[in-house]
Amino acid sequence: MRAALGRLWQHDLAYSFRHSPVTLVAALLTLACVGGALFAPWLAPHDPFDLASLNLLDALKPPAWMKGGSPAYLLGTDDQGRDVLSTIMYGARISLAVGAASVLFSMVIGVALGLVAGYLGGALDALIMRVADVQLSFPAILIALLIDGVARVALPRASQESIAIPVLVLAIGVSGWVQYARTVRGSAMVEKGKEYVQAARVIGRRPLAIMFAHVLPNAMGPVLVIATIHVASAIITEATLSFLGVGVPPTQPSLGTLIRIGNDFLFSGEWWITLFPGIALIVLVLSVNLLGDWLRDALNPKLR
Amino acid sequence: MRCTRLLVALFAAALAFGAQAKTFRYADQGDVVSMDPYMLNESLLLNFTGNVYEALVGRGKKLELQPELATAWKQTAPTVWRFDLRQGVTFHDGTPFTADDVIFSWQRAKGEGSDIKSYVGEITEIRKIDDHTIDIVTQAPLPILPDVISQWRIMSKAWCEKNNAMQPSDVRKGVENYASNHADGTGPFMLKERQPGVKTVLVPNPHWWGKVEHNVTEAIFTPIGNPATRVAALVSGEIDMMEPVPLQDIARLRADPKLVILQGPELRTIFLGMDQHRDELLYSSVKGKNPFKDLRVRRAFYVAIDENAIKTSIMRGAATPTALMVAPGIRGFDPKLNKRYPYNPAQAKKLLAEAGYPDGFEVRMNCPNDRYVNDAQICQAVAAMLAKVGVKIDLAAEPKATYFPKILKRDTSFYMLGWTPASYDSQNPLFALMATPGPGGQGQFNLGWYSDARVDELTKAIASETDQAKRQAMISEAFKIHKEAFGHIPLHQQALAWGMRKGVHVVQLPDNFNYLRWVHID
Repeated sequence: MRAALGRLWQHDLAYSFRHSPVTLVAALLTLACVGGALFAPWLAPHDPFDLASLNLLDALKPPAWMKGGSPAYLLGTDDQGRDVLSTIMYGARISLAVGAASVLFSMVIGVALGLVAGYLGGALDALIMRVADVQLSFPAILIALLIDGVARVALPRASQESIAIPVLVLAIGVSGWVQYARTVRGSAMVEKGKEYVQAARVIGRRPLAIMFAHVLPNAMGPVLVIATIHVASAIITEATLSFLGVGVPPTQPSLGTLIRIGNDFLFSGEWWITLFPGIALIVLVLSVNLLGDWLRDALNPKLR
Repeated sequence: MRCTRLLVALFAAALAFGAQAKTFRYADQGDVVSMDPYMLNESLLLNFTGNVYEALVGRGKKLELQPELATAWKQTAPTVWRFDLRQGVTFHDGTPFTADDVIFSWQRAKGEGSDIKSYVGEITEIRKIDDHTIDIVTQAPLPILPDVISQWRIMSKAWCEKNNAMQPSDVRKGVENYASNHADGTGPFMLKERQPGVKTVLVPNPHWWGKVEHNVTEAIFTPIGNPATRVAALVSGEIDMMEPVPLQDIARLRADPKLVILQGPELRTIFLGMDQHRDELLYSSVKGKNPFKDLRVRRAFYVAIDENAIKTSIMRGAATPTALMVAPGIRGFDPKLNKRYPYNPAQAKKLLAEAGYPDGFEVRMNCPNDRYVNDAQICQAVAAMLAKVGVKIDLAAEPKATYFPKILKRDTSFYMLGWTPASYDSQNPLFALMATPGPGGQGQFNLGWYSDARVDELTKAIASETDQAKRQAMISEAFKIHKEAFGHIPLHQQALAWGMRKGVHVVQLPDNFNYLRWVHID
């Protein structure tokens, strides 16, 4: 066990991790954000969704260190008396969940299509890649908006609140699969000419088995890098959609929703309602991005 | 050489025109949902279409009655009124205005799809004496008839027939017709362009019969839902005027030397209503019975709501808590009755337990989010307060374009509404909000179906009573019965807050009406 841990410690990845202070800080921040979000029900000082615990007379309190602030509300309260720190922690939960789920969704579609296109080639390859090209000519946010908007019109109004989040995951997920497909297709085309794949073919393995058991593991490195960076951009996309008011419903506010709500109070001097969720979003996205950058460099043999 | 002179002349003309063109751009938090003045009995719609259409009897700058399409009126018998109609008036399309248009408008206003039935509900007949004289007959003596009909505006018979707009398109069914997006009135402004939800453009009517007081050459109305965007548009000079100014921004905008903030008490009462008629609520966890039929439950809701906290935190002081359905300033208001039952969550819990709901219950609350000042925030706060006594509120807040059609169909269990009596008299809310729903627009906005035989009886008597002391006693009695039965939960009268550029002069009526005919731009 100890030997195994020692080997991990000496591994190239761990080495570069240890020797990059920026990465260490980014990892710590990411951990703090994810931890705070994940354990919000236990860590947050208040439960902002428990209406019975709200007190309207505590509304619009400034952060604790300012005049009029209260130590019970470290980052102040919003217009309904909700603790801003707690809403951020609960909001980050939604943001992270939507971000992670939509990346997973993109990854599954993108990897599957990329593998098929790269390994089988031919007309199917051409079809998939042309669809990808067309989609790439639109910004991802536009596609997400389109899917979200159509879903809103098509689905009955009554069920919209309950399915808003799955729809959002679908919208962001579909808008991001192309990158995965292109990367995996490239890797698959390289790998399928190699001896081990030919050997597998000679002993009679089915194409599907070869694709997933032999080709895929060797194409996963870049996919992981893209996925990490994509988490950050998916969170931003979600925040943008929610800021525009087409994302998650206000009853389950994500960071983007919180920023939008707080925006109404920006002019009147109650800056904390929008600023702190904004900072939380920046910190979260920046640290995930930095981790992604490090992973890309560490996995790139040419940079080593 | 001649060419140059021509250019110079053109340039000078353009300059002169530029100096005279006074475009008035203004914004509200929501759109005027239709151009049809009978489609929705809502202040913004009545106000906006009131620039284009005119009533027989209108209102002046102090809300006093003044002649519009009628030049004189008098009561010739207890139930008969003689109206002399203005001569030589034409509609915007050129057809002359006659008694036939009044009779047609009356039929349209009381007919299928109309939302203003309560304004003409007492009228049983309109007799044409000649082209410019009519007799209006009411079913009982109605001394306040001119007050009651001041929001009923006259449409052109020929135009409605030609464009197949004989009936208002019913807001409850969500259908539109020609009159929803076109207009042909006699008023000082004409509809030039209409893009629902985007902008509506009015231009002055050059053939208007009255004396022009405004100097507007074009008025552009835009709905801007987001309060911060609305403020930014005003501050940047993109618009000349907007309402309402978000309460949180009033102090800051007041400090801006380029802007003027016009504040005043409004006659509108904001209240909550409960379905106390159906045997089972449409949207509740309670099945087989209706908890709101129990007075104790209605009372529990009332005392569970801390109106003073709403006033201080959400309305930032810009509200007057009320125990009555009418504001001070409305004829019939009784200061002695205007005392709210105090906030008492412990009592609310006890009342709910006595009524058989010791653990509370769940009910959906419908709420607009672009109609009244901080409407959705008030509903959120109410939901939080009710949660403290165990009532779980499933809050559905939505724009008024979908909200009004829904609640006006009575497709709700618990809702929010605001009401300004169009006649500035207590008979109007008694008739429209508190009387048992019936024919002629009675109880048309009594969406929770509050019903009390004595209140109905009093409402009828109040309409025809001319002795002011007796009338006041009856109004007070009806208000007291309604208050003690918790027929509705009155919350407050909101304060008006209009923001405008310095140099723009408007007349702020206490019912939140802003007529373009009084707008002057320096």
